[in-house]
Amino acid sequence: MLVLEKRKVPSRFWARATPLLAVILTMLAGGALFALLGKDPVEAVRTIFWDPLFSEFAFYYRSQILVKAWPLILIAVGLSLGFRAGIWNIGAEGQYIMGAILGGAVGLAFYPAEGWYIFPLMILAGALGGLLWAMVPAILRTKFGTNEILVSLMLVYVAENILSSVSFGILKNPQGFGFPGSRNLNDYAASANMDLIEGTGLHWGGAAALLAVMLAWGLLTRHILGYRIRLSGEAPRAARFGGVDPDRLVLICLGVSGALAGLAGLFEVTGPAGQLSPDFNVGYGFTAIIVAFLGRLHPLGILLAGLLLGLTEVGGGIAQQNLGLPSASIKAFQGMLLFFLLAMDVFTDYRLRFRREEAI
Amino acid sequence: MDYSAIDPALLLATLMISATPILLAAIGELVVEKAGVLNLGVEGMMITGAICGFAIAVESGNPFLGLIAAALAGAALSLVFAFLTQILLSNQVATGLALTLFGLGLSSLIGKPYAGIKPPASPRLDIPLLSDIPVLGPILFRHDPMVYVSLALVAAVWFFLKYTRAGLILRAVGENHDAAHALGYKVVRIRFLAIMFGGACAGLGGAYLSLIRVPQWTEGMTAGAGWIALALVVFASWRPWRVLLGAYLFGGITVLQLNLQAAGLAIPVEYLSMSPYIVTILVLVYISARKGRGNLDAPASLGRTFHATH
Repeated sequence: MLVLEKRKVPSRFWARATPLLAVILTMLAGGALFALLGKDPVEAVRTIFWDPLFSEFAFYYRSQILVKAWPLILIAVGLSLGFRAGIWNIGAEGQYIMGAILGGAVGLAFYPAEGWYIFPLMILAGALGGLLWAMVPAILRTKFGTNEILVSLMLVYVAENILSSVSFGILKNPQGFGFPGSRNLNDYAASANMDLIEGTGLHWGGAAALLAVMLAWGLLTRHILGYRIRLSGEAPRAARFGGVDPDRLVLICLGVSGALAGLAGLFEVTGPAGQLSPDFNVGYGFTAIIVAFLGRLHPLGILLAGLLLGLTEVGGGIAQQNLGLPSASIKAFQGMLLFFLLAMDVFTDYRLRFRREEAI
Repeated sequence: MDYSAIDPALLLATLMISATPILLAAIGELVVEKAGVLNLGVEGMMITGAICGFAIAVESGNPFLGLIAAALAGAALSLVFAFLTQILLSNQVATGLALTLFGLGLSSLIGKPYAGIKPPASPRLDIPLLSDIPVLGPILFRHDPMVYVSLALVAAVWFFLKYTRAGLILRAVGENHDAAHALGYKVVRIRFLAIMFGGACAGLGGAYLSLIRVPQWTEGMTAGAGWIALALVVFASWRPWRVLLGAYLFGGITVLQLNLQAAGLAIPVEYLSMSPYIVTILVLVYISARKGRGNLDAPASLGRTFHATH
């Protein structure tokens, strides 16, 4: 009989091998899915994973991969801290929106003034917007024990409504011929989030994402707080006896992930998206959950996972144009990836053993 | 502004309809959680049920077949969750999230050709005599059959959990899976069945949305209904009749805000649209604050991984 036997120590080999295996399995299963849809599976998988990097237009796609990857990495790094400690912020999409709104509003308030201080102020406001939005589930959990999963998710829908409200209302472009949406922040020099090196896709959001990866790595390996986060996730009772204050951890983890998601929203709205509009958010906050897990909740892993998911986002776009695949198929694809990852994870913590039925 | 357009009797009647999808999903999730499993994939199963039911109903011209297909689709999707969490011992929170993300993607993939189509009309069941009672008749007894099915389901779940041996075993598994295992109960098998029941209910709830309540297919149409169903189970303290109460309260708020939107209340539409979500948060806060920390009503093994060592 096949049985699972718990490993004394999680396998390091499997912890690294599972993401790769999951990607391969997703390609196979995804190919099968596309075959079912009547598309050539090999071509579809090639379009999604290969073309963005090595096709004729790869010079453009490569920078697009980075543009998609930055917000995913930035959000996922924040989420991973909480996920490690068993604090589930799944409303990053809402924090992303609120960061974009508050940061964007600060920029619009200065319009048409010019000044070096405007963009930094917007960045602060963006982080603050995400932070405040994440503080709602954090405070409700620490004060009343309310489930942060449900509250943070409900707040996504509230944020979407606020976004719609401001796009039609107070932040609407007065010269926009009545169309919903704010002024274009990318055209307004003081608030534009330009490429730091022209044409590379490395904008300020990219710099922030790389910085976040490094800081998170330092935090988790070198700082007492990182140790406490890891301890709370792996041995909650030991953490409590060790004097870790769980409430403080909830506030910190949700706060950091909220602020980072808000930053991602601000960099998106001032850069690639350009303006606040009712549908400027495209679900990065949810995709980032997959990135966090695929990256093993480790900053460097998240960097790689973010680039990979950025690749699939771009590849999905190409497949949509060239093969007529529905845009949503890439979402199903990403969901599958998480499934396979979680499924393969069993080998990290358990060992598969044959055992003869024992006579009792 | 014209409040006279709001007819209280009609309001109450539509309340039952708007509550039915979340009631179906929530009563299913209640059974799952009673068995000690937290499936956060309700939203994904609901929306998959919504599109599968819609597609089958359109293709066959029979809404009843659509509902059956939706229940099967929801159960099939929940089987993935069951396999991952029960056999491969994956984290339930993460797996549930994956289920929701996958379901949202899959549904819009399947649903692409079905946008903007009208589904076949579902027959209304006017209960003879009772439906002719003034006022009460139109409110309570002139609905489609699924409204009564959902009510019957609440009663059945209540009876099952409270008065049957199988229900007792299911609760035992949810309270302490190690003890239940030691007594010889098949923890994994029981949880598989509970998860599939939950999946079928969620699928049915989704199909009710796309086939009867709206009736139309639009991408992401569940708009958090699955998450609200999850919140309802907490609100109800894991008790079937309170799920009914919660669903109808929630349905009432939804219908009321829609009516106020239609009546042109001076509050912007967006603020009315967000009210159901805010109310859900407030209710969750109220429930958790009243109980203090540590939910005493939650099944003790909820969300914990079961690994039999012998």
